[in-house]
Amino acid sequence: MTDDTQRVPAARLLDRRDERVAHADTIGGTIGAFVDRVRSGDLGSLPVVVGLLIICTAFQSLNPVFLAPDNLVNLLFDCSTVGVISLGIVCILMVGEIDLSVGSVSGFSSALIGVLWVNQDWPVALAIVTALGLGAAIGALYAFLFNRLGMPSFVSTLSGLLAWLGLQLYLLGSSGSINLPYGSPLVNFGQMLVMPPIVSYTLAALAGVVVFATGYRMAARRRAAGLSASSLGRLLLKGALVVIVLEFIVYYLNLARGVPWMFGLFVGLCVVMNYALKRTKWGRSMSAVGGNREAARRAGINVRRIHASAFMLCSTLAAAGGILAAARLASSSQQAGTGDVNLNAIAAAVIGGTSLFGGRGSAYSALLGIIVIQSIASGLTLLDLSSSLRYMITGAVLAVAVIVDSLARRSRVSHGRA
Amino acid sequence: MSTISDVDHPQEGPGELVLRLRGISKNFGAVSALADVDLDVHAGEVVALVGDNGAGKSTLVKILAGVHQPTSGTIAFDGEHVVLSDPATALGLGIATVFQDLALCENLDVVANIFLGRELNPIRLDEVSMEIRAWTLLNELSARIPSVREPVASLSGGQRQTVAIARSLLTEPKLILLDEPTAALGVAQTAEVLDLIERVRARGLGVIVISHNMEDVRAVADRIVVLRLGRNNGEFGPDVSNQDLVTAITGADENSVSRRASRRGAQQSQEVRP
Repeated sequence: MTDDTQRVPAARLLDRRDERVAHADTIGGTIGAFVDRVRSGDLGSLPVVVGLLIICTAFQSLNPVFLAPDNLVNLLFDCSTVGVISLGIVCILMVGEIDLSVGSVSGFSSALIGVLWVNQDWPVALAIVTALGLGAAIGALYAFLFNRLGMPSFVSTLSGLLAWLGLQLYLLGSSGSINLPYGSPLVNFGQMLVMPPIVSYTLAALAGVVVFATGYRMAARRRAAGLSASSLGRLLLKGALVVIVLEFIVYYLNLARGVPWMFGLFVGLCVVMNYALKRTKWGRSMSAVGGNREAARRAGINVRRIHASAFMLCSTLAAAGGILAAARLASSSQQAGTGDVNLNAIAAAVIGGTSLFGGRGSAYSALLGIIVIQSIASGLTLLDLSSSLRYMITGAVLAVAVIVDSLARRSRVSHGRA
Repeated sequence: MSTISDVDHPQEGPGELVLRLRGISKNFGAVSALADVDLDVHAGEVVALVGDNGAGKSTLVKILAGVHQPTSGTIAFDGEHVVLSDPATALGLGIATVFQDLALCENLDVVANIFLGRELNPIRLDEVSMEIRAWTLLNELSARIPSVREPVASLSGGQRQTVAIARSLLTEPKLILLDEPTAALGVAQTAEVLDLIERVRARGLGVIVISHNMEDVRAVADRIVVLRLGRNNGEFGPDVSNQDLVTAITGADENSVSRRASRRGAQQSQEVRP
């Protein structure tokens, strides 16, 4: 029991009248509740943490460069491109659909940037806006096929996978690739630009302050309304933990080049998406449609519009990821968006804890998942393994992630937490 | 809580007329699902709608919920003629429907389900106000929900029914339609839901309950309206005998219920004789 809850007798709190429910009020209780949750199949981000620990120990023991600050900074640059695509996958998985064409859409948009910006001499901003707009249009097309013609998203996006790849090859023509000018702001953003140390330290501190402040305001409101609330001590602890962990990461990265702005953009998008999914009516509707479409429809939610928003957001973010990838590589090539991009984006979302079956997930799963995937890729590159082995290992990791998801789902059903 | 103590002292006689159906007919092509059906529901009254499969119960509920429109006939709600052209209109007037499958999202918690589609403050959800309102509704129903922050998947069938009813009460309706509220429930949970119906009645709402279970119907209904082949086929008080009800529902005096009753009667008279 904390000071605050002792002042108001627990029995009078509106949500604590039922004595049959165990409430985790102490630190020990919190840990116990966490163990119970994991046992019943509500894994959250546990698989990611365990996975990362295994990956880091394994690769670090094989090659000490793996955890060096330089390598981690590069890793974060690489994360951001596929990570943004994966964020879109989280959206589409929330409503229980899938987009298999994100890789092709990203390749198409990277080709578009090359053609419009370099070959046609468009202003770079206009080229970016056009690529994002066409991404949204592709999502709108999928939504039309899904909502009006009843085409399963699996099939429509599978045909999209081929179609947009064809369009990408057509755009690039016989040359096969277009080099983006070195030294241009876009390429600098993708390859070099890092936050000055003062900015990265401030942002890390700010994150902790925001976590504490929102928690404090919520607790104050709940207490005023006669509901149970977290104690000041716990909120302070949480805020302090966030600050310490983030400041340490920032310090470590600043030993090398520092925190990439591109990674900052990716994390910013994750934060915005998390807010949208958790704290807005739109996000609630997304979960509801993914959980029980018919119930959502009867509750007056415009299910078609929710689907359309998910499809459009997914392919727009895929296009954005393609632009970032072009900036990262300083070229628009036929290889952009092919190979393992598609599966890495989907695997990242699933590994991070977003369910393939819809209705549960979080924006941060894209962030955590892509770090796992990219760590594997980076570690295997450092070991100088061929891409054949890399594909096989990444495939196995994806399989394990989906198995964990399926088993957790089965366990949730048997524990009544589906 | 004042609303709950009223349960022990039901209102003397029904309140004012909430719903008045006259001559409702509904044809699906050549099939006449409802023919000339009349129905009255008063405030603070539970009306049970019973009938065999295909008697037209579900069609009638769908007409009241705004899902179907009647071919002919008039609907008066709260003393005024209304046209229930779609579900939103019915809900807006104050007719709430709890369908048999409840339509809850199992992955969302109780608060999210109660407020689904009607969230407070769309761009910055007001979780505190929603939670308080949810607890208030559930407490008024004396609902036994351990926590409103658990996903609905972890609740029992009776608790889910409670959540579905609490959700329908959110819009402050005047009439609530319950489609087979006890069909999938065990004994204890059925009793819980029947209690719940009485509390809804005590709040002064008109309640229409569709059920196949004669025990439940007689336990909770103030009036029992029988439909048979799409027509009114009698109206009974809660003390009607099972045999009379079955007769009205099936339209035949001669059936297994009546045969067993007559056998038992004959047996008893034999036992008395010697």
